[in-house]
Amino acid sequence: MSAVQTSSPTPDDMRRRGPLAEVFFSLLRSRTFLVGFAIVLFWVACALFGEHFAPYDPLADDIINALAPPSSEHWFGTDQIGRDVFSRVIVGSRDILTVAPLATLLATVAGTALGLITGYFRGLVDDVVSRILEAFMAIPVVIVALLAIVALGTSKTTVIVVIGLSFAPIIARTVRSAVLAERELDYVAAAQLRHESALHTMFVEILPNVVPPILVETTVRLGYAIFAVATLSFMGFGIQPPSPDWGLSISNNYGMIGGGFWWTVLFDALAIASLVIGVNLAADGVHGALND
Amino acid sequence: MTLFLLSIMVFLGGQVLPGNVGRAILGPFADQRAVDALNHTLGVDRPLLTQYWDWISNFVQGDMGTSYIFRSPVAPFVIDALGNSMKLAAVAFVLVVPIGILGGVVAALNLNRPLDRIISLGGLSVTVLPEFVTGIILILIFGVWLRWLPISAAWPRDAGFFTQLYYLILPSLPLFLVLFGYIARMARSGMIEALDSDYTRTAVLKGLPWRTVIWRHVLRNALLPTITVIATQTGYLIGGLVVIETLFRYQGIGSLIFTAARGKDFPMLESGILTIGIVYAVATLVADFLYSVLNPRIRLGSDQ
Repeated sequence: MSAVQTSSPTPDDMRRRGPLAEVFFSLLRSRTFLVGFAIVLFWVACALFGEHFAPYDPLADDIINALAPPSSEHWFGTDQIGRDVFSRVIVGSRDILTVAPLATLLATVAGTALGLITGYFRGLVDDVVSRILEAFMAIPVVIVALLAIVALGTSKTTVIVVIGLSFAPIIARTVRSAVLAERELDYVAAAQLRHESALHTMFVEILPNVVPPILVETTVRLGYAIFAVATLSFMGFGIQPPSPDWGLSISNNYGMIGGGFWWTVLFDALAIASLVIGVNLAADGVHGALND
Repeated sequence: MTLFLLSIMVFLGGQVLPGNVGRAILGPFADQRAVDALNHTLGVDRPLLTQYWDWISNFVQGDMGTSYIFRSPVAPFVIDALGNSMKLAAVAFVLVVPIGILGGVVAALNLNRPLDRIISLGGLSVTVLPEFVTGIILILIFGVWLRWLPISAAWPRDAGFFTQLYYLILPSLPLFLVLFGYIARMARSGMIEALDSDYTRTAVLKGLPWRTVIWRHVLRNALLPTITVIATQTGYLIGGLVVIETLFRYQGIGSLIFTAARGKDFPMLESGILTIGIVYAVATLVADFLYSVLNPRIRLGSDQ
């Protein structure tokens, strides 16, 4: 970082700002990232403060006004027991935005550790662990989740663990290939000559240098985690009632879709769609910023 | 390897269940002796290793055990369901493979023009959406508002081929949308790479017509990676089927597993999942084979 800046920024100054700042500024220039980030930020705000500006209590029923179509009173109509769909959509962002990021975090931590170990040691450790991870990757998340949830019961923790562990191998693969390239560099040899422990070399020397691919993979995984949480909730294996969660609401209401009560599912579906697309746009922006 | 791991996982998943099977079937108020007797009849009171060995060796011989809920052999249910799922998957694949490849090729030939942008961005957006979300939106548009297509995939009894097809269009569309993005993206990047290569330049420079260059030189190389992607997507497709079949109330392998999981019907659940594992393994094998047939640079074994 330069302490004194007198002239206008030159390419040289840009470099002196440090790699992180450079990434930050190129993110701010990326329209894809900004649009995605704005959408995500909107839903995060809803998750945090939604109950303060939602017009109704998302859990309060009102049987007399059940299944009312959208009106000036209930913007998105009401569901089968008269709960206000608009309020539910706003507050419904909370659970998915807690569970999905936590699952992604778990996947990133576990995947990074596995990737560092397999990439650094190579040989037998790598072969054995990699084969097992490959086998795991071939099994669809929904299936793993079904099994785990049947065995362990439904809870937010189960969902976080299942999604976190199913995504870990994918992150491990990315980290491993980055570590394989890194470990051939001189600074790693220097650390080894200094007799640093393997743990120190892996986590202090190599890890900071493989952060960019981890960051990209994590943002991409977040999109998939939201996908997975929404799907599991829709299947009844994810977030449980009485949460106004989007996937759960759709699962409760889609049975009546033939009766023409479209407002009970459409807005939740659009909410999931916008959140997933927002995260993916942001991920695309991060990918672009770190790879140009 | 995957199959072995899957079988262990499936089996353990079935065993680690809290409470015992007899209790789960007979309910909390049943006599303990009745529960023990049922457990003995079902064979779930034996050591785990024996149970695993019996189960896996019977499975290999085509005996999938007896459903806890229906009290009848599992195999016919699984086979019926697999057939139904394959119909649905076939409709989705038949639609998506040519259209996805075409989309990717058209995008690559119009690189960075508006058409490319629309295909790439559109493909990417629909790919990342959960199937039940696109499914719900499609049901609303085509089933509820336009009333063009039936909103359930359960066709009337003894429906002919075309009636069945008619009922399968809407359920296959969400799968189509997810796969379209993947396939189009792979075809597009494969095309871009092939168009940029030396052999394409040679073919153009030696005066071949553009059409011949595309058909004979570019496409063949461009589509190789796409085939691999299509095969790896069978794994995804199976996950997608679970969701789609539930949404459209379709009696396939996905909804079979789903129902079995809800009802804690372990022989059904275990057989269903293992069957899926086998289908997946076979699909991967077929893809490897196809790849080697289409790519003269890879020949399996004996040639050397």
